[in-house]
Amino acid sequence: MTLLTGIIYPVLVSAIAYMVFPFKSQGSLIERNGIIIGSELIGQFSDNPKYFWARPSVINYNPLPSGASNLGPLNPVLIERTRKQENDFIQINSTPEGSVIPGEMITASASGLDPHITPEGALLQVNRIVIARGMNMKEKNKIIGLINNMTEERQFSLFGEPRINVFLLNLKLDSLK
Amino acid sequence: MLLALNTSISFVTNTNWQSYAGETTLSFLVQMAGLTVQNFLSAATGIAVLLAVIRGLTRKSTSYIGNFWTDATRSVLYILLPLSLLFAIFLAGQGVVQTFHPYVTATTLNGTEQVIPLGPVSSQIAIKQLGTNGGGFFNANSAHPFENPTPFSNFIEMLAILLIPSSLTFMYGRLIGSGRQGWTIFLVMLTLLLSGLAVSYYSEFNYSKSDGLNLIMEGKEARFGPGNSVLWSVITTSTSNGSVNTMMDSLTPLAGMVGMFNIMLGEVIFGGVGSGMYGMILFIILTVFIAGLMVGRSPEFLGKKIEAFEVRMAIVAILSPNLVILMFSAFGSIITPGISSLNNPGPHGLSEILYCFSSAAGNNGSSFAGLNANTPFYNILTGTGMIIGRFGVMIPLLAIAGNMAEKKITPSSDGTFRTDTWMFGLLLIAVILIVGGLTFFPALSLGPLVEHLLLIK
Repeated sequence: MTLLTGIIYPVLVSAIAYMVFPFKSQGSLIERNGIIIGSELIGQFSDNPKYFWARPSVINYNPLPSGASNLGPLNPVLIERTRKQENDFIQINSTPEGSVIPGEMITASASGLDPHITPEGALLQVNRIVIARGMNMKEKNKIIGLINNMTEERQFSLFGEPRINVFLLNLKLDSLK
Repeated sequence: MLLALNTSISFVTNTNWQSYAGETTLSFLVQMAGLTVQNFLSAATGIAVLLAVIRGLTRKSTSYIGNFWTDATRSVLYILLPLSLLFAIFLAGQGVVQTFHPYVTATTLNGTEQVIPLGPVSSQIAIKQLGTNGGGFFNANSAHPFENPTPFSNFIEMLAILLIPSSLTFMYGRLIGSGRQGWTIFLVMLTLLLSGLAVSYYSEFNYSKSDGLNLIMEGKEARFGPGNSVLWSVITTSTSNGSVNTMMDSLTPLAGMVGMFNIMLGEVIFGGVGSGMYGMILFIILTVFIAGLMVGRSPEFLGKKIEAFEVRMAIVAILSPNLVILMFSAFGSIITPGISSLNNPGPHGLSEILYCFSSAAGNNGSSFAGLNANTPFYNILTGTGMIIGRFGVMIPLLAIAGNMAEKKITPSSDGTFRTDTWMFGLLLIAVILIVGGLTFFPALSLGPLVEHLLLIK
C-alpha cells in the first residue's frame, strides 16, 4: 500500500502532468534573457517606483516558509500596521483626495505570496509609475489600457474576484515602449 | 522529535494538524511516502469503520461485522486512488506544481533573489481534499498559490472536500435498505452547514471594519475574495478537512466562532470521510433514545432495541472529544507554557487556545495559526487530544456495532418511532445543537462572543 500510494501514485501523476501540462506542472516559471525571473503564480516584493507593487506581505515575499500575520481584528498591532500601510500607500502614490484605498492594498494576504491585486489597486499606482518612468500622457493611457487588458474577470463569470497579476503586468509594462 | 511524533499522530488520526511548515521542514520523500500514504489510509479507515457500524445495524443475531483490511483496501483501490488520480491531474492543469525538481532560485524584477519551492504537490493535495485530511504541502496550506492557484481550482477543491462525506449518507441509506434515511441525514447536515454559513457571511461582510480601517482582506487572497474565503472556512470546519484558504485567526470573531462550533459539534456536518457519518449515527442513537423517553416507548432504531449499553457507549463517544477540548483549553489558558504561545491579546487569545484543542479533538487540523503550537506543551497535549478524539469515538462505536449485530430485528409496527421523517430530522438537529451548545456556550461566550461585542462597540 505504501508503495502504491506513496511512490507509484505520485510518480504516475508527475509523469502525466509533465506530459500534458509541461509549463504549469513545473511551477509556471518565467524566463527572461535566459534567467528565471519568477513564477507566474508567486508574488514578488518590489520597492522600485517604476513597477506596480503587490500586496503587503508578512514574509516579504520570501516563500520559505509561506505565512500570514494571523492577527485578530482587535489586535492593536494589526490596526497600527494597517493604518501605516494605508498612509504609506496614499503618500507614495499621491492618490487623489478622497479616493478609497482597496482593502487588499493595506492588508497582508494569507500565503504572503498573493500574486494578485484588484484593478482599482493597480490604477491608483499609475501616477507614480508615470512619474518614475518619465512618461507622457499618451504612454499613461497605454498603461491604463494595459491594466484593462490584463484584468482577469471572474472565472467563467462565476468563481473568484476580478483581479490582476502584478508580476505579469510588470513584464508587460517593461515591454511597453 | 516531539514535532515528528505530533505530525505522525496527526496524520494517522486524519487530523493533519500542521505544527510543521512543509516547505522548510519536510523532504519530498517524507511528504510522499509518509504523509500522502497516511492521507489515503486514514480516510480508508474512516470508511471501514463506518461499514462495520452499518453492518452492526443491519445484520442480526451474529457477531461478525466484516473484515477491516478488505474494506480499507477496497476503499483505497476503488474509490480514493482513482478519484485522486483524476483530481491531481486536473489540479496540475490549473497550475498546482507536480515535479521532483529541487527548489528554483529566481532573480526578481526588483533584482533580489527569491527561492521558489517546488515538489510533488498536486498528488498530495488531491488526496488531502478527497480524504478530508487537510494537511498542506506548504505552510500556508490551500492559500498558497501552488496549492490552489485559481478560483476554479478553489471551487473544485471545495467540491472534493464534500464529495465523499456527502455521498456516504447515500451509501448508508442504500445499505440499510432505505434511501429516505440517507436523505434525512443529508438534509440535516445541509441545514446545519447553511446555517453556519449564513452567520459567517453576515459577520464577515458587516463587521470587518476595526477602528475605521477596512480589514476584510487581512489573511485572505485576492483571487478568492471574502466570499470564497468564508465559504471555504465553513466547509473545511464542518467536514473534518481542516485545510484553509484564508487565515482563520484573522476572520471576524463570529465567523471564527462558527468554524470552532462546527468542530465542537463533533464533526458531523458531513464530517470526515466515514467519521462524519458514523459520528452522526451516535447522535441518531441518542435522539432515538431521548425521543423514546419523551413518548414513553422502548427506543428502537432500524428494528433493534436501543438499551443501556448502547446509550452509555454513545455518551462516552460523544463526550470524550468534548472533555479534551474543555479540559485541555482550561489547562492551557492558566499555565505559562500555554499562554506564552499566544499571538493575540484579550479574548482572541482564548479563542486561539480553544480552537487549537477543538481542532485536535475533532481531528480537524485547521487552526488559529497565530498560536505557536510547535512547543513541547502543545505538541504533547494536541497529540494526546487527537488520539482521544479519534479512538475515543471509534472504539465505543465499534462496541455498539458489535453489540447491535447480536440483536434480533423486530418488525416495525404503527408504534415504531420513524427515523426518516422531517420530524426526526428536526429532533436530530435539536439534539446536536443542544449537546454542543450546552457544553461549549460558556467557553465561547468568553472568547469570540466577547470579542464580537468589543468589535461592534
